[in-house]
Amino acid sequence: MILSEESVKQIKEKMERYPYRKSAILPALTVAYRQVGYLNDDIYREISKIIRIPVVEIAEAATFYTMFPKQPRGKYLIQVCHNISCSLLGADSLISYLETKLGITKGETTTDNMFTLISVECLGSCSTAPMMQINNDYYENLTPEKVDKILEELRAKA
Amino acid sequence: MFYSPVRTNAKIVAASENLHLFRYVEDPEQVKIETFENRGGYKAWKKVLTEMSPEQVIDEVKKSGLRGRGGAGFPTGLKWSFVPKDSPKPRYLCCNADESEPGTCKDRVLMERDPHAIIEGMAIASFAIGCHLMFIYIRGEFTHCHERIEAAMKEAYAKGYLGKNIFGSGYDLDMIVHTGGGAYICGEETALLNSIEGERGMSRIRPPFPAIEGLYACPTIVNNVESLATVPHIINRGADWYKSLGTEKSTGTKIFSLSGHVNQPGNYEVELGFPLKKLIYDPEYGNGILGGKKLKGVIPGGSSTPILTPDMIDVNLDYESLTSVGSMLGSGAVIVFHEDTCIVWVILKLIHFYRHESCGKCTPCREGTGWLEQIIRRIEAGQGKPGDIEEIEDICGNILGRTVCPLGDAAVMPIQSAIKNWRDEWQYHIEHGKCLVKSEFPFGQK
Repeated sequence: MILSEESVKQIKEKMERYPYRKSAILPALTVAYRQVGYLNDDIYREISKIIRIPVVEIAEAATFYTMFPKQPRGKYLIQVCHNISCSLLGADSLISYLETKLGITKGETTTDNMFTLISVECLGSCSTAPMMQINNDYYENLTPEKVDKILEELRAKA
Repeated sequence: MFYSPVRTNAKIVAASENLHLFRYVEDPEQVKIETFENRGGYKAWKKVLTEMSPEQVIDEVKKSGLRGRGGAGFPTGLKWSFVPKDSPKPRYLCCNADESEPGTCKDRVLMERDPHAIIEGMAIASFAIGCHLMFIYIRGEFTHCHERIEAAMKEAYAKGYLGKNIFGSGYDLDMIVHTGGGAYICGEETALLNSIEGERGMSRIRPPFPAIEGLYACPTIVNNVESLATVPHIINRGADWYKSLGTEKSTGTKIFSLSGHVNQPGNYEVELGFPLKKLIYDPEYGNGILGGKKLKGVIPGGSSTPILTPDMIDVNLDYESLTSVGSMLGSGAVIVFHEDTCIVWVILKLIHFYRHESCGKCTPCREGTGWLEQIIRRIEAGQGKPGDIEEIEDICGNILGRTVCPLGDAAVMPIQSAIKNWRDEWQYHIEHGKCLVKSEFPFGQK
């Protein structure tokens, strides 16, 4: 089993609240992703057993959504918004700055597996642009100084 | 401490008799149920359950003139009245909190800072349509909103505002917080319903409309966060009061998310009919263009709406006025850009987004957005060819109105307006192989 007892419990609790079990697919994928950091066919199978829905239906749903990737990523996933409001306030230069700071290009993970850098569509933080999301947290109104401090703090925490 | 440092006009709202959605959003205590109750929270819910019939609630909201704040502007009370009275099936209410229209960040503020207002509005809407299980669909990335709403929901259950036999009325109401998986299309109501059902988030062909056959093939109403948060105020203060705000056909107030090249981006609640120029230039709001530069364009209602040129911004922010200048109020996301911005660059950012978010169901949208991105990327890279503009126009014409959901139209409308309003600049780009103005924006230098 890849999913922890706690994850299985959470999935079951969520499932029981819906009128139909199939509705628990997205919540289950979210719980699994939060625990493991990525998804694979074995995880699909485990979810399929818990919510008693054919595995193909789990895969069908999972592969539609951007938040359930099948590739493992670094400990910290940095997602920079590159949509219009953030771009007008320097998202492109923020991405270049992060690439230089981390020594990787967009889409890559640092060799120590600490950071993965990607750019994504609008995250609903347009009036506090530019911004990035690192794992579950938003970092807004970014400046080079702020970015330096955030990366330093994350490295210290790891 | 607030999660997001976003600027609001809460002070102006608090000093006003009539603005209401943002009254307490600068007070961190507002998220607690006791504070919310002391400020009159859940009073409308009690009034509805103990003194009103569902028909009376629907009539009051109809009379208020409230229109959907998610983008389409469809009358909320009228939508509710489409739920068949005699259907033996369960009915469902879904609050659409999948806020993802580029430029829009208003529902997030409400969820983070006034979560009970949303739950109260959802409860009232549920009663109006005879629903006993309501959902809120929150976009997956908004973890903090998800936590806030869940915490508020637990408080509401503990206080007996949700659950069995609420206020001794015999009415039962449960709530589920559902989170998305990162897909813009799930903000479209039928895709949202598929997503709750555990399917890929693809739009459904209408009819049947969700009010007849929606979630689990049962009558379902999908309303935006802001629309629902408005409902308790209409119940408390009456449809006549609400109708007295705004304009004749665009009643009430609306939150506008201001972003891009302005000195003070933020979320501002104003009465509908508020001048766009004032929102951009007034020191209380946008406070003018960044660096004293010249305005070049304004996207008035989220990235899916036609772009305005500076000579068009003498317009009021209401549904009719924006339609009269060829654009739309949409979700109320006002995106401003100044003279140093290349229009081809703007459109490339947008078409990349729509190509990425097209669900792939309809061929014109799936293929068309991809072709458009390729051509526009080529032009932006300096490799435009004669005939490219006509080619873009042709593809746009073949997408518009030919898809199941509005995503195709949304992808096309800003492009068509950009070509119509800045055709010379597109020509220059193709002929000279470079931007007329280079969009180079360093970050963190406001």
